[in-house]
Amino acid sequence: MFKNFKHEKIETNVGLLLVLTMLAVSAGGLVEIAPLFFIKDTMEKVDGVRPYTPLEQRGRDIYLREGCYTCHSQMIRPFRDEQLRYGHYSLAAESRYDHPFQWGSKRTGPDLARVGGKYSNEWHVQHLIKPTSVVPESVMPNYPWLQETKLDISDVGDRMRALRVTGVPYSANEEEYQRNVKQFGEAVARTLHIPDARKNLVAQAQDGNFDGDRASVSEMDALVAYLQVLGTMVDFSKIKPEELVKFR
Amino acid sequence: MADNAQSQSQSADVRTTGHVWDGDLQEFNNPLPTWWIYTFYVTVLFALVYWVAYPSWPVGKSFLPGINTVTYVNAQGEEESWHWNTRAKLLVETQEAVAAQKPYFDKIASLPYENVTKDPELSSFVVSAGKALFSENCAACHQAGGQGKIGLFPNLTDDDWLHGGGFENIHETLTKGRRGYMPPFSEALAPERIDELANYVVSLSGGKADPAKTAKGKDLFHSHAAACFYCHGDDARGRRDIGSANLTDKVWLWADVPGAESDAARIAAVRRVIAGGLNKGVMPAWEGRLNPEQIRLLTIYVHELGGGR
Repeated sequence: MFKNFKHEKIETNVGLLLVLTMLAVSAGGLVEIAPLFFIKDTMEKVDGVRPYTPLEQRGRDIYLREGCYTCHSQMIRPFRDEQLRYGHYSLAAESRYDHPFQWGSKRTGPDLARVGGKYSNEWHVQHLIKPTSVVPESVMPNYPWLQETKLDISDVGDRMRALRVTGVPYSANEEEYQRNVKQFGEAVARTLHIPDARKNLVAQAQDGNFDGDRASVSEMDALVAYLQVLGTMVDFSKIKPEELVKFR
Repeated sequence: MADNAQSQSQSADVRTTGHVWDGDLQEFNNPLPTWWIYTFYVTVLFALVYWVAYPSWPVGKSFLPGINTVTYVNAQGEEESWHWNTRAKLLVETQEAVAAQKPYFDKIASLPYENVTKDPELSSFVVSAGKALFSENCAACHQAGGQGKIGLFPNLTDDDWLHGGGFENIHETLTKGRRGYMPPFSEALAPERIDELANYVVSLSGGKADPAKTAKGKDLFHSHAAACFYCHGDDARGRRDIGSANLTDKVWLWADVPGAESDAARIAAVRRVIAGGLNKGVMPAWEGRLNPEQIRLLTIYVHELGGGR
């Protein structure tokens, strides 16, 4: 079959070249990526990881909209220098509800995988409005409009429904809600219920007062709420380090 | 050019692919350099060795773990081995580093704070390790040298401490975090009353104020109507147990008095704080994020920044 085959045939046939190139490139991807969906030990079994609340999810949308990921990764690698600076290395389980994940390898700014709880809400607000006012050497742009722009919450339910299709366990009916109660406990399950999304979002924003202004829900509220939950779901004091070793 | 290419293809043993485009364009078909081709074979061999030594090929629901292993000490203190992976390597490296620093941390934990600062070797350990910890965790708010930012974050290098500047106070602040609070008086008091109070408060630290308003403000300060003295104390020197500010010194955190350009602006800055109150100044709790040894070390580092009592 290949006896009379010359590469001239590929070079002079754009369609064939395209097909064969795609086959060659996808071979690497198939070998590297596809098995991860089937290997049992890729996802650590840890407690505490839950989907984002409606407010956090909207904050995450703003994080994506503003392109934060172009300078900030959310993956602490298992190296000692990273662990000393950023905290415990990231687990696969911690981004299981991220669509898309924010791992990345481009760090103009620091990694944000465990920024939650590290700074106060006020610091985040001040820093987002004008980063150089708290970190003089920062090259991060100013994001003053976040504080001034009211958060659009009209479609938060639809956004959750879309994520539900990708496998995030937001509940759309009573049966799914009960399943979430079993998996996450009642307090969390309530925040994952799509019919109550708007109510829950406003309640969390007012309760948390992330932007220092209780009167209205701004985009700043959402983004700070998201930043403050990053990397805080898993309690590492309850996990022995050697248990995580065995998931590799 | 055409002549040149043609002569090359004709003269030497360089072959062409035989394609001719446009009448005279040909494609050389040179063999790869020998060194290159052998390097390629070596990388193939390397891959074979690598596959055997390290985790590599997926097999069904598992994968080939490789013959390399890492041995570490588990939580029960027993040695344990697992196939080579970066998490296990990190565990070993961390355990080695912790063991190397243990003599220092043990000494710091066992000695009273004061004695640590007197020991030159421990001091230099505290300064170098503390600087790294401070830069990563504290400097975002308190700034690189601990000088803070008026209106936002307290200065750690002066000798004014809302919650106390002793080792124990600093340790508690670091461990449990803090939160600033002062009720707003804009609804309880008329604007003139707030103005009188602001005059009095500015006068307390030697600032220029209207004498008549100051006298009225003083009465108001000590009255139950405004009740400033509940928190700031009869002498307006503040109370460490609740973190209320000393109003008699020239150190300001929330009202930007030093940055004000006129006497009126100084009073206005204080007026804003009295009217609006405070519900900010959140210091995160570092318990859980930093381990107890790190917090103890940072306590000494912060104390030694210049303001420790």
